Amino acid sequence: MSNPIFLIIQREFLSRVRKKSFILVTLIVPVAFAALIFAPGLLASMPEDSKRIIVLDEPSLLLPHEGKEQYAIEYLDPRETNLELAKTSFRDSEYDALLYIPSGSNWDPDFIKNNVLLFGKEDPSMELQGYLDYLLEQQIDKAKLLKNGVDPEIIAQIKTNVTIQSFTLDDEGNDEQSAVPIKMALGYFTGLLIYIFIFFYAVQVMRGVMEEKSSRIVEVIISSVRPYQLMMGKIIGIGLVGVVQFAIWIGLSGIFYTVISTVFFPELFAEHAAAGNAAAKIPGLDVIDMLRSIDFITISFGFLFYFFGGYFLYSALFAAVGSAVDQEADTQQFMLPVTIPMILALTTTMSVVQEPNGTLAFWMSMIPLTSPITMMARLPFGIPLWEVFLSGAILVATFFIVVGLAGKIYRVGILMYGKKVTWKELFKWLKY
Amino acid sequence: MITAKKVSKEYSAKLALDGVDLSIPKGSIYGLLGPNGAGKTSFIRIMNQITAPDKGEVYFGSELLQPRDIARIGYLPEERGLYKKMKVGEQVLYLARLKGLTTNEARSKAKEWFERLEMSGWWDKKVEDLSKGMAQKVQFVTTVLHEPELLIFDEPFTGFDPINTNLIKGEIQRLNENGATVIFSTHRMESVEEICNHIGLIDNGTVMIEGNLLDIRKHYKDGTFAFTTRTVIDDWGGHEVFLQREDPMGYLTVLKAAEFPKELVISLSQKGELVAFEEVLPTVNDIFIEIVKNGPKPWNHE
Repeated sequence: MSNPIFLIIQREFLSRVRKKSFILVTLIVPVAFAALIFAPGLLASMPEDSKRIIVLDEPSLLLPHEGKEQYAIEYLDPRETNLELAKTSFRDSEYDALLYIPSGSNWDPDFIKNNVLLFGKEDPSMELQGYLDYLLEQQIDKAKLLKNGVDPEIIAQIKTNVTIQSFTLDDEGNDEQSAVPIKMALGYFTGLLIYIFIFFYAVQVMRGVMEEKSSRIVEVIISSVRPYQLMMGKIIGIGLVGVVQFAIWIGLSGIFYTVISTVFFPELFAEHAAAGNAAAKIPGLDVIDMLRSIDFITISFGFLFYFFGGYFLYSALFAAVGSAVDQEADTQQFMLPVTIPMILALTTTMSVVQEPNGTLAFWMSMIPLTSPITMMARLPFGIPLWEVFLSGAILVATFFIVVGLAGKIYRVGILMYGKKVTWKELFKWLKY
Repeated sequence: MITAKKVSKEYSAKLALDGVDLSIPKGSIYGLLGPNGAGKTSFIRIMNQITAPDKGEVYFGSELLQPRDIARIGYLPEERGLYKKMKVGEQVLYLARLKGLTTNEARSKAKEWFERLEMSGWWDKKVEDLSKGMAQKVQFVTTVLHEPELLIFDEPFTGFDPINTNLIKGEIQRLNENGATVIFSTHRMESVEEICNHIGLIDNGTVMIEGNLLDIRKHYKDGTFAFTTRTVIDDWGGHEVFLQREDPMGYLTVLKAAEFPKELVISLSQKGELVAFEEVLPTVNDIFIEIVKNGPKPWNHE
């Protein structure tokens, strides 16, 4: 007789992979990812829903800017009109807003700054207001400087922007351009992904356990297999669903990216890439060099290891939670304490990537309930190997202990109906 | 088939089973009876190896119960159900394969059963699309498909509609005639009285009485006799009459007699009054109440 655990894995896997929702999620996620990558570029390149503004600029404050604005601006001649007249003509015109800059008695910038008025046919957008604020502030600053006898050119020259080029010096004395910002982003992003994926799949394990319990099939099954086999079969089966989903996502993302970038928007992509490069091209820093300093192989293996380690650990805990309750609503009291370490790990990720070798980062990447996220966030920075192995070993060891304990709770819980279970009770079950 | 020796099981300081000795003869239809919470389900779960006893042993045949024996047992739990989203056919095959059948064996046997119970069209339906009665039939098929030597039904007739109950009683009897040992566990003792030939009465985790049902009922007979007469009879020869009422066939009189009331039977027949006469054996329910009240009646080996 073949080991029934394989049958269970097979059923858990196939019953999920064949679901419509699986196919849907699997297809939508890469599309959403592609959309996330391309949408900002697309939006930026879309022609503005251009607003048209009339400006009555008594002090001629904006005059040097004429014609360069993001908005179609029509300047009224202050010698020929006043606010009342401008308002009347604005009401009948097709313009969207009327900006009034008064000159006051003596063009005092402080008077002007407090008395600028904006009229709109509907509420003027934040974006428009922000833009006008910025524009006016700039001009008023200049006016003030001039008034105090300072040349704005000098101020512009005085402004300093320091760019430090950092290098990591390895044992052989080679220096590599360090890529701290990219590493931080990568660490944060992969840590977040681990968090999302662990939750996503571990919750499916919990749901599966609850489904078997509430549909009452569980007793039939465990009269054929050990409860432990059923639990492990479910965890492994859903883990495999995760593997397949990952593989499809990676493949599809690649295809989408290539297709969209080369077929649909070749010019946009070229622009986008150029813009990206330009932004990253802080003088003296080479993106290619920076990327070369990141050990992608370690990160990829680390990602797989910490995903599965974290997933197995948490799904065992979630399976125990699912077995202990009758309805989804009752899971809250157990879910919260179980997930707090994960949330903690996620919220500290920002500090961890800022100081990847700090005490907080070290301990959080050793504690098995937080290490999948925290260690993942640290990996791009090149962590001493012994730390990685130690954290991995602790994670695996904890998994075996937790699975044993979760299995005990599970064994009792799946046959317990109509009882509001407390924490005290769960601990008692461990001793059954 | 199953022999339990001094089996005890404790759940959080409550003794569910307290030194249970039971023996379930091969080929019998065995009623495992007792009120709710008596320990029936605990014992069944031990037979199914869902839990292990704290103390004592359970033998399957002549050997200790072993993990591989689960393939020889078919179990219909009291709390039953199926995967709602799974197709009927797949589900039946899956459960049969968990019991150790190959896919092909399982498929051919399932087809036979589906035809037999007139459910051939259901193979590709999802369980959630079946009516309750239909799902019960599927559940029954999954219990018996792997041709187990021992069939265990926990509260089998709660939740089954009357038509299915009859159908399934018939099927169970057929399986029993073909050699399967059957255990019915229920707190509704009257519901299995007619089909069981052995019973074990459990209360508070201990076995009150066990054995051949007929023997037990004979043992507990208390000299109750029922006469049906054409007219009302007043003279019952000094016997204690405790029930007299009109009956579709005439008048029913129930009385107690220390010995077989031969004189009464003869005289009533001679008068042409006697329509029916029987000795009333106590029901399992009566026996149970009697035992709970007064303790088991000692067997006097004659």
